[in-house]
Amino acid sequence: MKRQEFDRTISHEDVFKRRATLLQRLHIDGWLLLILLALCAGSLFVLYSASGKNWDLVIKQGTSFGIGLVAAIVIAQFEPRFMARWVPLAYLAGVALLAVVEVMGHTAMGATRWINIPGVIRFQPSEFMKIIMPATIAWYLARHNLPPKLKHIAISLVLILVPFVLILKQPDLGTALLILASGAFVLFMAGLQWRWIIGAVAAVVPVAVAMWFFVLHQYQKQRVLTFLDPESDPLGTGWNIIQSKAAIGSGGVFGKGWLLGTQSHLDFLPESHTDFIIAVLSEEFGMVGVCILLFVYLLLIARGLVITAQAQTLFGKLWAGSLTMTFFVYVFVNIGMVSGLLPVVGVPLPFISYGGTHLVTLLSGFGVLMAIQTHRKWIAQA
Amino acid sequence: MPQPIRLKDHEKDARLVRRRVIVGGLVVLLLTGVLVARMYYLQVIQYEHHSTLAENNRIHVQPIPPTRGLIFDRNGTIIADNRPSFSLTVTRERAGDWQQVLDTIVEVLELTPDDRALFEKRMRQGRRPFEPVPVLFELTEDQIARVAVNQFRLPGVEVDAQLVRHYPQKGHFAHSVGYVGRINEKELKELDPTDYAGTHHIGKTGIERFYEDLLHGQVGYEEVETNARGRVLRVLRRTDPMPGMDLTLTLDVGLQEAAEQALGGRRGAVVAIEPSSGDVLAMVSQPSFDPNPFVTGIGFKAYAELRDSIDRPLYNRVLRGLYPPGSTIKPMVAVSGLDAGVVTPQTRVYDPGFYQLPGHSHKYRNWNRSGDGSVNMEYAIMRSNDTYFYDLAHKMGVDRMHDYMSRFGLGQKVSLDMFEETAGLMPSREWKRARYRQPWYPGETLILGIGQGYMQTTPLQLAQAVTLMATRGKWIRPHLLKNAEDMSPSELMEQDLIPHTPAPPDIQLRDPKFWDYGRIGMEMVMHGPRGTAAKVGATAAYRIAGKSGTAQVVAIKQGEKYDRNKIAERHRDHALFVAFAPAEAPKIAVAVMVENGESGSGIAAPVVKQVMDAWLLGPDGQLKPEYRPPVPTAEEASVQR
Repeated sequence: MKRQEFDRTISHEDVFKRRATLLQRLHIDGWLLLILLALCAGSLFVLYSASGKNWDLVIKQGTSFGIGLVAAIVIAQFEPRFMARWVPLAYLAGVALLAVVEVMGHTAMGATRWINIPGVIRFQPSEFMKIIMPATIAWYLARHNLPPKLKHIAISLVLILVPFVLILKQPDLGTALLILASGAFVLFMAGLQWRWIIGAVAAVVPVAVAMWFFVLHQYQKQRVLTFLDPESDPLGTGWNIIQSKAAIGSGGVFGKGWLLGTQSHLDFLPESHTDFIIAVLSEEFGMVGVCILLFVYLLLIARGLVITAQAQTLFGKLWAGSLTMTFFVYVFVNIGMVSGLLPVVGVPLPFISYGGTHLVTLLSGFGVLMAIQTHRKWIAQA
Repeated sequence: MPQPIRLKDHEKDARLVRRRVIVGGLVVLLLTGVLVARMYYLQVIQYEHHSTLAENNRIHVQPIPPTRGLIFDRNGTIIADNRPSFSLTVTRERAGDWQQVLDTIVEVLELTPDDRALFEKRMRQGRRPFEPVPVLFELTEDQIARVAVNQFRLPGVEVDAQLVRHYPQKGHFAHSVGYVGRINEKELKELDPTDYAGTHHIGKTGIERFYEDLLHGQVGYEEVETNARGRVLRVLRRTDPMPGMDLTLTLDVGLQEAAEQALGGRRGAVVAIEPSSGDVLAMVSQPSFDPNPFVTGIGFKAYAELRDSIDRPLYNRVLRGLYPPGSTIKPMVAVSGLDAGVVTPQTRVYDPGFYQLPGHSHKYRNWNRSGDGSVNMEYAIMRSNDTYFYDLAHKMGVDRMHDYMSRFGLGQKVSLDMFEETAGLMPSREWKRARYRQPWYPGETLILGIGQGYMQTTPLQLAQAVTLMATRGKWIRPHLLKNAEDMSPSELMEQDLIPHTPAPPDIQLRDPKFWDYGRIGMEMVMHGPRGTAAKVGATAAYRIAGKSGTAQVVAIKQGEKYDRNKIAERHRDHALFVAFAPAEAPKIAVAVMVENGESGSGIAAPVVKQVMDAWLLGPDGQLKPEYRPPVPTAEEASVQR
């Protein structure tokens, strides 16, 4: 009571009194933090089961989450306007690194995705581009009036396609599509005219046909073929989908219970703790579990969209909107592929799948959202 | 960077973005709805389907092979049992490069390239997918330890404990009980895949083969939870297998050993039958072999040694050995002649030492070149007089000879349950026309009378023929099975558990007394003053009815004399002897064949007597009480007087 009275008495004198709380001082958005922590807790819970009770994995994931959170908070300290200044340079650096990967990257599991300086660092430039790509387009479009003109659209597309093609050649279809989507969402948020959107969707078919013949690797084509008819190769490439559908379906409404999923615990489910972890969750917690997860995701997206709407700069709005919508693409593509709606592309389930890299990248993205949200000028709001 | 214009457009841009945020939010909601719908479809609508899929994934049905029935002799001595044995199995699907794995096994266990070749052969044999193939059997503790230590180098290799057939009597019953062996590709195709799921062995010969269905039992099942690599995690449900039936045989281990001893290391065959039951008491084919290596798979070299041995241990002389019966069939020919009415017991034939067909100059020699003078039937049997039987055969003719001899079981399979038996040959006009496109010549009938010519018989057929003399024509098929868990062979037949093979009709003679003339002739062979086997008969504690015979290995030209010194040992005649005893109430009938033994009376008859002694005599050297003829009561004695 006393504190509130004190606040009230000095409120008209101190315009910065709203940042009096610790969270505000640290530039942390409370809502986002709460939802992210909830997802983290749930993630470790599911991961413990999906990894076959592997504590090491759970601890590593928890550590990654901590690192990602720190990264997010660090990023949140920067002024979006300050970041905007460095975006073009970061984009060029990102493209350069992708080019380096193309020429002399580290190869693992048939794909060249890593820059490896032994003993120092090993990272994927494509992850970096997930954040920088939408920033670049946002930076570029924010310089001009909305909606974007044809010229600006064309230049944006070039900016998107250069890293897209480089990543596609690694090959990493999943990430390439996410990068493409993140750029495209900026255009969408910037009010790209509907005729262009409809035209682009209409162009998907011929582009897809062209990709089939000129771009896709054999294993990617196989994935698509298997997606169209998983039963055609039940022990080969169709195995993943048949088993993940069986896992999901056998969960029923309420699931088999934590640690009681037979499909994952008896190793029928491949990649059960990484890309296919939603199948474990569905099997053990049923449709109820999936719906709760989707609800939490929706809360996160809703918060992201609110931040987008409230952002004070156009750059901030476009960047935040794209990051939020791209986040949903993760969710949709991952669950879609595991449940057999979409072909299998390597997209993790955000925050739930095991993997440090994607966690740090995603949390960095939410760090950006926090920065956009917490660096608003309160004078302007009033 | 920020332009003045931008400030002016700020509100408009914000509205534009806000509209897009709303559109974006709606799209997100819509697509989330799609995901929820998909989940509803999979988890609610298709729940049953996917549940079943997941259960089928998890639960595998594993067969549990039944325990094979045991085999005992008539006194309960074990002949075939099952012993736990550790074998090394390789599952090809899990081994990766299985050739490499075999190399590693050979290296780890310090085996030879020969073993390697055998492993490879076993790996290539027919099998079901993911079935572990046993490559090495009877692992020692040391070998098991070595495999365990090197397990990391041996993917798909496991040490498997299973029951494996074992024959503690070794070679004694290899030719009667036979052995089991690994199921081969051809058998795999014919077998019921359900019944034999999990069973690796099947009866290959003898009893093991004939009674395979009874011995095998019924497969059991185990529902087990497995992971994706097929590793069994736990058992969910179990249906126990039904073990196979235990078989009690008619064979007697003691008599079998006595018979083998009586043969004394000579190549030959002994069959002993209990006339009243048709039980085969002993069945010897010598040399024999140890069937145990065949169970687990005999090595190339060991097998080649058995196969190529000049003594032919793998050859079942009792069931597959074909020999002209020689003089052993003279008693049967004699009673046939009486029944056909071509002679009477009193009919006499003059023997000058040979017989000539009317109008032919060819002399059919008696073995005794000097001749026996005027002989009647009993005397002719006692002396094994060829001339008398040339004459008798001529009087009967080939057609009646064929008819009568067939009724004694010659030229047909006589046994009830002996898998390998061959039919032999009892020639006839029709047979000769079909076989040689030639008519039957009268001379060929003559030599049929002394059991030579085209006739081919097995020792088992001879034993059955002499058994028929003992039973006075009562037909019971000789059999090895006494009972299968309280079911006799005839009950098994009624229940269609074994093939239906009724006995041929009994031999009914016009006058049953005719049997006695044959029998008395045979008794005189043993006990008559000039009996051919009188030397042997003189040592017997009971009366034997017997008949010797000689089966020619190479023909002797007309006018030539059999000279043993000129003939290679393997070309000498086979010695035959058939007999039953005690003559007045037969308890045992025996047929003996000694390969290249030359003299039926000299070589084969003592073997017969030894076998009979072993069966009939008690430790006091007298007939066992149960075999003694009933002592006439005082009343009966007085009536007789």
